[in-house]
Amino acid sequence: MKAFAELLDRLSYTAGRNAKLTLMADYFRAAPDPDRGYALAALTGRLDFATAKPAMIRGLVEQRVDPVLFGWSYDYVGDMAETVALIWPERPGANRPPELAEVVERLASASRSDSPGLVEGWLDALDATGRWAFLKLITGGLRVGVSARLAKTALAQLGDVTLEEIEEVWHGVKPPFAEVFAWLEGEGPMPRIDLRRAFRPLMLANPLDEAELAKLDPADYRAEWKWDGIRVQLAAGGGEARLFSRSGDEITQAFPDLMEAAQFDAVLDGELLVMRDGTVAPFNDLQQRLNRKRVTAKMLQDFPAHLRVYDILFHGEEDLREQGFDERRVRLEAWHAAEAPARIDLSPLLNFARWEELQALRDSARERSIEGLMLKRGDSAYVAGRPKGPWFKWKRDALTLDTVLMYAQRGHGKRSSLYSDYTFGTWRDGADGAPELVPVGKAYSGFTDEELLRLDKWVRANTTERFGPVRAVKPGLVLEVAFDAVHRSKRHKSGVAMRFPRIHRIRWDKPIEDADRLPTLEKLIEE
Amino acid sequence: MPSVLPESWLKVTERGLYCEPGDFYVDPHRPVGRAVVTHGHADHARPGNRAVLATPETLAIMRRRYGAEAGGTLEPLRYGERREIGGVRLSFLPAGHVLGSAQAVLEWQGCRIIVSGDYKRRTDPTCAGFEVMACDVYVTEATFGLPVFRHPPDEGEIAMLLTAQWQFPERAVLVGAYSLGKAQRVIALLRQAGYDRPLYIHGALQGLCDLYSELGVELGELRPATGAGKAELAGEIVLAPPSALNDRWSRRLPDPLTAMASGWMRVRARAKQRGAELPLILSDHADWDELVQTLEDVAAPEVWVTHGNEEALVHYAGAKGIRARALALIGRGEEEQEAATAEEAAP
Repeated sequence: MKAFAELLDRLSYTAGRNAKLTLMADYFRAAPDPDRGYALAALTGRLDFATAKPAMIRGLVEQRVDPVLFGWSYDYVGDMAETVALIWPERPGANRPPELAEVVERLASASRSDSPGLVEGWLDALDATGRWAFLKLITGGLRVGVSARLAKTALAQLGDVTLEEIEEVWHGVKPPFAEVFAWLEGEGPMPRIDLRRAFRPLMLANPLDEAELAKLDPADYRAEWKWDGIRVQLAAGGGEARLFSRSGDEITQAFPDLMEAAQFDAVLDGELLVMRDGTVAPFNDLQQRLNRKRVTAKMLQDFPAHLRVYDILFHGEEDLREQGFDERRVRLEAWHAAEAPARIDLSPLLNFARWEELQALRDSARERSIEGLMLKRGDSAYVAGRPKGPWFKWKRDALTLDTVLMYAQRGHGKRSSLYSDYTFGTWRDGADGAPELVPVGKAYSGFTDEELLRLDKWVRANTTERFGPVRAVKPGLVLEVAFDAVHRSKRHKSGVAMRFPRIHRIRWDKPIEDADRLPTLEKLIEE
Repeated sequence: MPSVLPESWLKVTERGLYCEPGDFYVDPHRPVGRAVVTHGHADHARPGNRAVLATPETLAIMRRRYGAEAGGTLEPLRYGERREIGGVRLSFLPAGHVLGSAQAVLEWQGCRIIVSGDYKRRTDPTCAGFEVMACDVYVTEATFGLPVFRHPPDEGEIAMLLTAQWQFPERAVLVGAYSLGKAQRVIALLRQAGYDRPLYIHGALQGLCDLYSELGVELGELRPATGAGKAELAGEIVLAPPSALNDRWSRRLPDPLTAMASGWMRVRARAKQRGAELPLILSDHADWDELVQTLEDVAAPEVWVTHGNEEALVHYAGAKGIRARALALIGRGEEEQEAATAEEAAP
């Protein structure tokens, strides 16, 4: 437990991706089985025991600590689990500190009435950091800034295999993953798993460099719309089906409507959308359905899920990934015609003979549900990862807006000494009729290192107020911001939220009075 | 019971704690005629007093920091030596806080009051250890006067620092440490742990590190960080005052891994506020357990709590049958910021 607690502690304070990978990979290298396997399960959300209730833990601590002192401490610390971890009176030598595996295995088999006694004994045996990690573990949700994908990336580094190989076996192995570690350390074969209904890593596209277009032969490529939903994989067979996000996280539970329609035996690649009366709804509607464990009947009715398919990886037991795109497309169309499933349609192929025709199609597409185009070589096999060449995404030109810099915040890691996160606003009429700025978004990318230094200098020279890591600045700098879309938002003061905003150009030259007004932005809202 | 009421001769005033029969102040926060100074931190030792009485080490620190402003006359009093001032007998006991830090022992008409200044109970290789003396009134600090503040053993924190230095050979580990006491203690603890590579220091730490060495505290090889190139600093440990951590100064370092050495690092929200990637819980103040232990050791029937989380310690003492009250002293507990600023203002 000690090594795991230190890992969580360090991860919780570490912002840099590479540093997190180093911390995890070093831990996996040093920790024994089955501890490291349970640690991996904890980091990837795959532990399975009834989580402890905060009230139970509070009850334990109140038997040990003066309630007045506990109350003041909780007010100061602000987090129940942390307060308990810090204030718990130590009993040196009371017990042997437990190993992680012991905690996980005993909790998994403990009855509800046994667990307070177990928890109390372990709190006595652990040190403050150990207690903190232990309480996070048993109350569910580590929240140390590590995604399942990042943990799997660290695992891949351990064995010098690719992330795709890890993802390929991931849904067929279970905690504490002994056979996975044996494989990664060269002491065993790659785990053999039942591939039906398992996630297969996706094939990804590269952004198209338009200058390169002339060198490509249009006859070699097929074109499809790029839909503004989320990329998913639907794996169905034997009367069961699973839905995975592009990173291999299972999201089946959130989409019972779609899963009900998946009564076939195939693995499909497509875009998850919300569709009403044959029309694709804005991305914002789809977001209502994401990141949920349960969905209500009302949500199913208001935001019906739909899958628009563009590829088929398996039909029955047959692996189609080695075949070319054109062959797979024939199989896909035949499959769809034969099954005719509800809630699932095909993403159409677009007709074109010359690049200019395709360009015209791209420029004329005004529906907000279309982000641009996909280009795929007709002979391309389905290869995991992002191979250079066979697939391109050709996004519609971004929307842009001239905004005024209002606040700047220090970044993390390498950027911790630099004001690198910018909140910007547009003009609107204030209560007194005079123009006022209202924040409309926040961006932290799209500039070069040199520009960042100059922006940082400008922020420091124009600060009017400080709030911790944030500085308010005197309105004086116009930022031209690019973004993919904008929709209504109740959470923002301006009533709008931008999708993927980034700094397009820094308009050192432009007077702030000439920046855009809020109504200009509102006109771009997709209804 | 002492023959006189303690509050009749040691009083809280606008300038600080005032000993009336001796006509002197303990750690006054504004210039006075005669000041008894417990230690060299800026919230206790202020410049501009006409006469200053302190340990020789504290006087040396004040001279280094304030030069001619350190005070009109500087009068040294060693630990254990006695001075009579207006019938009040004064002596110093080691407080274990920083080099030269002392508890001021005041005796008048059979009543003994000890003013702790700041203190800690654990061993510190850079200063004399805290000594216990029984008394009628103990005037204690309470910087970490909440039971969530229990500092772990120093060795574990230093081990975490050394692990990070080994784990990220391409980065510099930048340790934020207050320039008086904390920086030298971190250095000495690293040396104790067997770390013998050169340590790189921010210019603001140089003066007091030199002074510690002159006064016999071994710190090993120290190099200025300011002139060193990025390649030289990769994989090395660099010390700087906390205010330099997120300042432009730190840009000269290769992808710095920011560590911060302070008792406040025990609480995650405070550590995150500081932007620490590696919080090190190293404090020169007593933690909750040490405060409680000290109340028990000095066995004073009455306790005055000066600064920090007074109410919790007053509550605790009350439950133990000790008469306890909080003294509202102005200008305390700002040591961290002020000490750092004072150093950086110097070239």
